[in-house]
Amino acid sequence: MPAVTVRELTRRFGAFLAVDRVSFDVEDGEIFGFLGSNGAGKSTTIRMLCGLLKPSSGTATVGGIDVERDPEGVKRRIGYMSQRFSLYELLTVEENITFFGGLYGLDKRRIAARRAFVLEMAGLKGREKTLTRDLAGGWRQRLALGCAILHEPSILFLDEPTGGVDPVSRRQFWQLIDRLSGQGVTVFVTTHYLDEAEHCHRLALMHAGRIAALGSVAELKQIFRERAVVEVRTGSPMAALRALDDLPTVEKTSPFGTALHVWLKPGIRDTGPLRTRLDELGLPAEPFEFVQPSLEDVFMDVVAREEAASS
Amino acid sequence: MRKALAVGRKEFWQIVRDRRTLMILLFVPAFFLLLYGYALNWDIRHVRLAVLDREHTAESRELVSSFVNSTYFDVVAAPASMGEIERLMNRGETRVALVIPEGMTRDLRSGRVATVQVLINGDNANTATAIFGYAQAIVHGVSASLQLQLAGWREAAPPISVQPRIWYNPELQSTLFLVPGLIAFIIMISAVVSTSLSIVREKERGTWEQVRMAPITTPAYVIGKTIPYFFISLVSAFLIIAASMLLFDLPVRGSWLLLLVAVSLFLIGALGTGVLVSTLVDSQALAFLIGLLVSLLPTFVLSGFIFPIASMPGPVQYITVIVPARYFLVALRGIVLKGVGFGALAPQFAALGAYAFVVLALASARLARERG
Repeated sequence: MPAVTVRELTRRFGAFLAVDRVSFDVEDGEIFGFLGSNGAGKSTTIRMLCGLLKPSSGTATVGGIDVERDPEGVKRRIGYMSQRFSLYELLTVEENITFFGGLYGLDKRRIAARRAFVLEMAGLKGREKTLTRDLAGGWRQRLALGCAILHEPSILFLDEPTGGVDPVSRRQFWQLIDRLSGQGVTVFVTTHYLDEAEHCHRLALMHAGRIAALGSVAELKQIFRERAVVEVRTGSPMAALRALDDLPTVEKTSPFGTALHVWLKPGIRDTGPLRTRLDELGLPAEPFEFVQPSLEDVFMDVVAREEAASS
Repeated sequence: MRKALAVGRKEFWQIVRDRRTLMILLFVPAFFLLLYGYALNWDIRHVRLAVLDREHTAESRELVSSFVNSTYFDVVAAPASMGEIERLMNRGETRVALVIPEGMTRDLRSGRVATVQVLINGDNANTATAIFGYAQAIVHGVSASLQLQLAGWREAAPPISVQPRIWYNPELQSTLFLVPGLIAFIIMISAVVSTSLSIVREKERGTWEQVRMAPITTPAYVIGKTIPYFFISLVSAFLIIAASMLLFDLPVRGSWLLLLVAVSLFLIGALGTGVLVSTLVDSQALAFLIGLLVSLLPTFVLSGFIFPIASMPGPVQYITVIVPARYFLVALRGIVLKGVGFGALAPQFAALGAYAFVVLALASARLARERG
């Protein structure tokens, strides 16, 4: 039985279709990444899976429990942490742990044992009496994670957990997540950082309420890798855009700030024809640069392909 | 239940750390009491009086000294003419002028009715009415004693006189009437505003979402959250009752236990109102505004605090039925000023209980629906 099963899950807000017939499984102990821009439906999906929001149609189970029939049962089995690291700032480290332990109905002895574990894990030993408000972002983030797993959930939901945290703390955070996954905890995480997606065993790309692509990191990276995008800086970008668009090696062009992004056809990395065409037209350009397509770029590309394929 | 207690303990830590909230809950009420207790006072004393005495006899002097001895009036001017009185009045230097005409003594001695004139500035109708009452009483007193003197004590049969006795507040001090209203007013505002702010603050900071992800029902969470506010507001309420006893000689003639029950019932309703407000809005600023609006205005205007409910227009009287302070005030005045027991106040207690129940039911229904 997979940790999470989602079948044709749909959520409408009035006329707006926030999540549109989404289906996927998350295996036990897997780190499952959910990528997408704001408004793509990631948060709505996560809220339905956590039992906060009723689906309009479709079904989902978390830990074998139907989220619509028994949302409270789901809540007992999952841990949840959001990008806001929702701790109480006026409480000390220790008091936050005690409070969240109490909220999940843990008894005194269990809270004491888990408190020691969380302090160790977050590296907060000796700072038990510090007010949470006085902690730096990375510590707070780790404390929030600790509070989310006090009751030892088998499934952990992380909603953009690394927003506003420095790179070193982010790396430490992901080490913790890897460790949890190694202990058999299923981790469901939303993010829009590409480098973070590397930690995920599998990824789903969400766009406009639909899953646009789903696969292992290696599979998706294949899509990313075969895309070479060249940044062209020239004095007359619109003329260059038209000139380059119908080259046989170019798939498409798009304006990017004051420059152009030229997407080469899959497998092609040679920029010679671009330079030749610009020279023919007497359009001087700065040296070309390969750029890493932004996650948004890749999304749009995947979406465009999906739509082309379906029509 | 253990979960609700965990929430209560957390909320208590938060309040204690957040000095501002604690100050608002404990000391601002006492400050309000001082401010309004001294400012809201209808008793009129030391009215500035101008005297134009054209007579200068023992009788006229007796009349003037009766005005001064009453302590209601201070003689501030002795104008020589009516024109001068008018100038004094226009400049606000006097509120009242007493004009004793020539021939008053002569009229008195010859058994005719003597007339004196009292001019009152009527720009504030309440004050003018009160001054008129005082002046009339003083003149009556003097005229009765003069009558007896002139009659040479022979006709000793006194005219029929009324001897009024005013119960509960023999000196008719308006503070004794107002302070219970102030207590209700202060409890209502601080309880409604502090609870609604505390819940909306969690929505703003995102901790609300975190808590909703936990296996605790929203009503249990809200009950846990309001427990500390209940006890702190209770302490605050008895602080201001104690302050009223010290500063305004408020008597507590009835049972303290009954007082505790009345205050508790009223508080539960007020806290429930705060929770209800918090379910309707998402920002602290709006919560503060609405909290103030629903607590301040009805408690001030529609509770019988200042304006008697019986003299309100019919439809407005019906509206006051849903103002909890209305029942609390009757109970509070009853316990504190009259010392009445539970039997006389049962309807008020029932109404307060009903209000608390309805408000809490509405609030939990709204909270349950938020889970969407």
